[in-house]
Amino acid sequence: MQDKIYQYLLLTGDNAMILGHRLSELCGHGPSLETDIALTNISLDLFGQTRNYFQLAGALTTDNKSEDDIAFLRMAHDYRNVLLVEQPNKDFAHVIVRQFLFDSFHILLLKELTNSNDQQIAAIAQKSLKEVTYHLDFSSEWVKRLGAGTEESHQKMQDAIDFLYPYSGELLEETPIELEMKEMGIGADLPAMKTNYYNHIHQVLEEATLVPPETSWFQSGGKKGIHSEHLGFILAELQYMQRAYPNMNW
Amino acid sequence: MSIKVKNTAVTDILWGISDPEIPVLSIMDMGIVREIKETGNEVMISITPTYSGCPAMDTIKDDIDKALTQAGFKPIVNLVLTPAWTTDWITEEGRKKLADYGIAPPLDAAGDKSVLLHGKKIIKCPQCGSENTVLVSQFGSTACKALFKCEDCLEPFDYFKCL
Repeated sequence: MQDKIYQYLLLTGDNAMILGHRLSELCGHGPSLETDIALTNISLDLFGQTRNYFQLAGALTTDNKSEDDIAFLRMAHDYRNVLLVEQPNKDFAHVIVRQFLFDSFHILLLKELTNSNDQQIAAIAQKSLKEVTYHLDFSSEWVKRLGAGTEESHQKMQDAIDFLYPYSGELLEETPIELEMKEMGIGADLPAMKTNYYNHIHQVLEEATLVPPETSWFQSGGKKGIHSEHLGFILAELQYMQRAYPNMNW
Repeated sequence: MSIKVKNTAVTDILWGISDPEIPVLSIMDMGIVREIKETGNEVMISITPTYSGCPAMDTIKDDIDKALTQAGFKPIVNLVLTPAWTTDWITEEGRKKLADYGIAPPLDAAGDKSVLLHGKKIIKCPQCGSENTVLVSQFGSTACKALFKCEDCLEPFDYFKCL
């Protein structure tokens, strides 16, 4: 049972960590000072949330794993993040669309988790929800501004939507662990969020004069540990210090 | 929902500890301290983070630990997440100190939403007091601040954003 909650925490925590890392890569590289600071602030929020999940997860392990052990000492196939969050920062349009597709899901997930039977998961969700409200507002505003902006910004946004939209399905895909946690009242009901999720996405896209691609096929794999090659490169950088200097501390 | 505590040697010490990122504000002003339990020499203190990723929490924890140990107490500092911190817990005194320091203090939660999410201009410039201000970015120099600009004195300023 403890192991299942541990697995469930990874499914949630790994998304926050890998997306947090992707955003941290933009530190000093944002298109403007304000967006640079905004993206790294969001990254910081996500890392804070990751720490909360991993501290909780570590306490459930028999060998008393620390948050750092969980964050840094797993192999790529042990990470449970969705493929969406490991997609690279190709350009600002990709960064914003990836963020928008994730935030729109994240807020629904956290709203559900505030009612979790697990008091600690509910507490993390309550805390995170306040932060993610700002994230979603930020990414939605940029989707609208760039989508309905110039011809060039519109085209870049449409390209990013066409590329990233097929990665959105995995967010709502229910793995056996998630099904079990839902039945126990600990986890969220992912399939039930689908209508709300896509209604919201499509409404914002319409306002932004962007069109979701016609697709019935979605990418999938990250939640089962089958990742794109991008995750390997992320981990090489992310894990370097702990691998080179085991047990190092700040 | 600020906590009510009676003044003791312990609270005197806690009033002297500040948030490293906003040095004018005591952690008691911030509403970060949620519970104080004194059993003889042992003191159990619960603190809650402003934002999940607030990098100041570790420093604050260490500062409490050090200050109380130096005063001869045996402190245990716990981190609690629930109920989640809100800017409503910042004391009146704390709000005044923020404004004097040049950070516009948070409005109540309802007022804030309209400012940050719909761009209404009701945040006063802490420099000149003008209400003719604009939101530059919802995200500022630290996790808890947004960036504003005064259209009258033209100075940028931080706004302690509501949570």
